[in-house]
Amino acid sequence: MAIEKIHTENLFLHYSSKMALNNISISIPEKKITAFIGPSGCGKSTFLRSLNRMNDLIDGVKIEGKIFIDHINIYDKNIDVVTLRKKVGMVFQKSNPFAKSIFENVAYGPRINGINDKKHLDEIVETALINAAIWDEVKDRLGDSALALSGGQQQRLCIARTLAVNPEIVLMDEPASALDPLSTSKIEELIVELKEKYTIVIVTHNMQQAARISDLTAFFYLGELIEFDKTKKIFTNPEKKQTEDYITGRFG
Amino acid sequence: MTKKTKKGKISTQSESGLIDITRKKFRWSDYLAEKVIKGTAFLSITIIVLIFVFVFRESVPIFSTAKAPAQTEIHSDANQQQETYGEVTDQPAAPEVQETYGEVTDSSEHAETTDESYTVSAGSGHDDNQTALKTLLTKDWVPVSEKPRYGILALLVGTFKITFISILFAAPLAILAALYTASFASRRVKEIIKPTIELLAGFPSVVIGFFALMVLATFLQDVFHYDTRLNSFVGGIAMGIAAIPIIFTITEDALTAVPKSFYEASLALGASKWQTAFFVILPAATPGIFAAVLLGIGRVFGETMIALMATGNAAQMGLNPFESVRTLAATIGAEMAEVVFGDTHYNVLFLIGSLLFIFTFVINAIAEFYVKGKLMKRIQGK
Ligand SMILES: Nc1ncnc2c1ncn2[C@@H]1O[C@H](COP(=O)(O)OP(=O)(O)O)[C@@H](O)[C@H]1O
Ligand SMILES: [Mg+2]
Repeated sequence: MAIEKIHTENLFLHYSSKMALNNISISIPEKKITAFIGPSGCGKSTFLRSLNRMNDLIDGVKIEGKIFIDHINIYDKNIDVVTLRKKVGMVFQKSNPFAKSIFENVAYGPRINGINDKKHLDEIVETALINAAIWDEVKDRLGDSALALSGGQQQRLCIARTLAVNPEIVLMDEPASALDPLSTSKIEELIVELKEKYTIVIVTHNMQQAARISDLTAFFYLGELIEFDKTKKIFTNPEKKQTEDYITGRFG
Repeated sequence: MTKKTKKGKISTQSESGLIDITRKKFRWSDYLAEKVIKGTAFLSITIIVLIFVFVFRESVPIFSTAKAPAQTEIHSDANQQQETYGEVTDQPAAPEVQETYGEVTDSSEHAETTDESYTVSAGSGHDDNQTALKTLLTKDWVPVSEKPRYGILALLVGTFKITFISILFAAPLAILAALYTASFASRRVKEIIKPTIELLAGFPSVVIGFFALMVLATFLQDVFHYDTRLNSFVGGIAMGIAAIPIIFTITEDALTAVPKSFYEASLALGASKWQTAFFVILPAATPGIFAAVLLGIGRVFGETMIALMATGNAAQMGLNPFESVRTLAATIGAEMAEVVFGDTHYNVLFLIGSLLFIFTFVINAIAEFYVKGKLMKRIQGK
C-alpha cells in the first residue's frame, strides 16, 4: 500500500448521550480516493467531520481515541485547529457558496491567509477554477453572484474554493447527492482527476459511485467500521456477510 | 362533455365508498375568521391614514392665501402681551427677553431681510399665513412675537445634526454588540444579553432624558469642557441610548438569519471565528443591518422627550456639536399645548408634524421594501 495519510485508533464519538462512532480504526493512504458507504445514520458524516475537527462546533460532542494525520494526533492540545482545517479541506453535501461574487468566493481562502496582491489572487482563482473544471463556464462572469449559479456549478465552485487554500486532504460529504446525473458525472470526473494531487475521502450513499471512482471502500454500519478494503474486493468478494447484504441491496 | 357526465356519476355514487370532492362546503368559522382578521388589518391602516390626514389638514391653511380675519385678530390680540417662548425656564417676566431664538450667532443683515419681508406681507392685509409661508425657509424660529417668524431651517438642521450624532454613537455599539451576541457568545451569555438589551427598548424615554439631563450632561461637560451644558452632543448620546436596542435587535436577527452553512464553510477553509464573523457573516447581513440603522434613525428622528430634556432647545443653525439645538419633534412637544387653536403658529406646528410623519414613513418604507428584497437576493441568489 501507498504512504499512509490518515490513521485512526480506537476512535469513539458520542453526541450528548448517543454513541455515533464505535471503535473505529482505519488507515487511509495518500493520493487515493477512499469512499465511505453505509446506510444513513451509520456515522459516515460524523467520522468525516472528526477528521478536520468540525465536530468541535457541536455542543456536547465527546471524542476518545486518536486520529493521526501525517503521524500527528490532531486532537492533541498543541494543535492549531485553524491551520489543521487549511490542511484538511472540506466540501459539504449541500453546496454553500458565500453571498459574494464567484471571484470573491474563491479568493476568500487565500485572502484570509494574507494574500492581497491582486495579480497573485487572480492566478490562484483561475487555477482553482480550472482544477475544479468550472473555469470555462464562469470565466466571463467572475463578478456575478455565486448564488446565481446552478446547483452543479455551485458545488464545483465550492470545490474550487477548497482547492484555492491548497489543502493536502479533501473531505467530501455526499458532494453529488443533490445534483442531476449530468452534474454528478462532471463532479465524479473531477474527483478522479483531483487524486493526482490530493488525498480524497468521500462519503456517498450511491454504491455505483463508490464503485466507479474510489480506490478503497469502507463500509460503516451502526457506528462501526465493518469492512475496509480495495473497492474491487468489497464489491466483488466482500469478507463480511453484512457488507455483502448491503452491496447487493438486501438492506439499506 | 363526456368527462363531465362521468364525474357527475362518480360524485353521486357516494355509496361506492369513494370520497366525494365535488360538493363545495361552506365553512362558517373560516369565513368569519378571515373577515375579522381582514377588518382589523384595514382598521389599523385606516386609523394611521386618518391621523396623517388630520395632521396634514391642520397645516394646510398656511398654503392658502385667503384667511378668515377673525382668527387673525384673535392672534394679534394674543401677541400683544407676551413674547415668551424659549426662555420659559429663565426669566419669565423680563421684557427684554424677546425674539431670542436663533439670533445668538446671527448677522444683522439676515434679520433685516426677514423684517422687510414681514412688513410687506403685513401691509397686504395682516395675513399671518403669508408671513408663515415667506419665513418658513429661514432660520428664525420666533413664533410668538409682534413679528412672528416661522423659519424651520434651524429646526431641521438641529434635528439632522442630533440624528447624525446619535447614530454615529449608537450604530457601531449596537452592531458590534449584535455581532458578539450572534457569533461569539455562548448560549448562556446570549440568553442574558439579548433580553437585557431588548428590555431597554421599552425603557421610558423620559427616564433616559432625565438621566441625560442630570448625570450625562454634567459628566460629558467635565470630560469635554464645552460651554453650553445641554447641547446636541449630550442629546445625541442620550437618543443613541434609546436607539441602541432597536439597532441591536434587528441586526442580531439579521446576523442570526445568515445560513449556518456560511459559517461552517468559512471555518472549514481555515478561517478563524473573527475572520468568519467580519468577512462572511457581517457582509451577508448588510441589508438587514442597513434596515436596523434606518429604523434607529426613525426612532431618533421622532424622539421628543429626550430632545426636550437634553438638547438645550435653542434653535441654532451651527454645525458645532456642542451648541444647543432644537428639534422638530421637541418644538411640537414644547409649544403645541400653549398655542392658540387655529392660529398660524398652530398650523405651522402641524406642518412640522406632517414633515416628521412623512420622513419617518419614508425611512421605514425603505427599510421594509428595499432591504427585504436585497436580503432575499443575498441569501437565495435570485
Ligand atoms: N449534531 C448531532 N447531534 C446529535 N446526534 C447527531 C448529530 N449529528 C448526527 N447525529 C446522530 O449520529 C448518527 C450518525 O449520523 P451521521 O454521521 O450524520 O450519519 P450518516 O452521515 O452516515 O448518515 C445518527 O444517528 C445521527 O442521528
Ligand atoms: Mg451524512
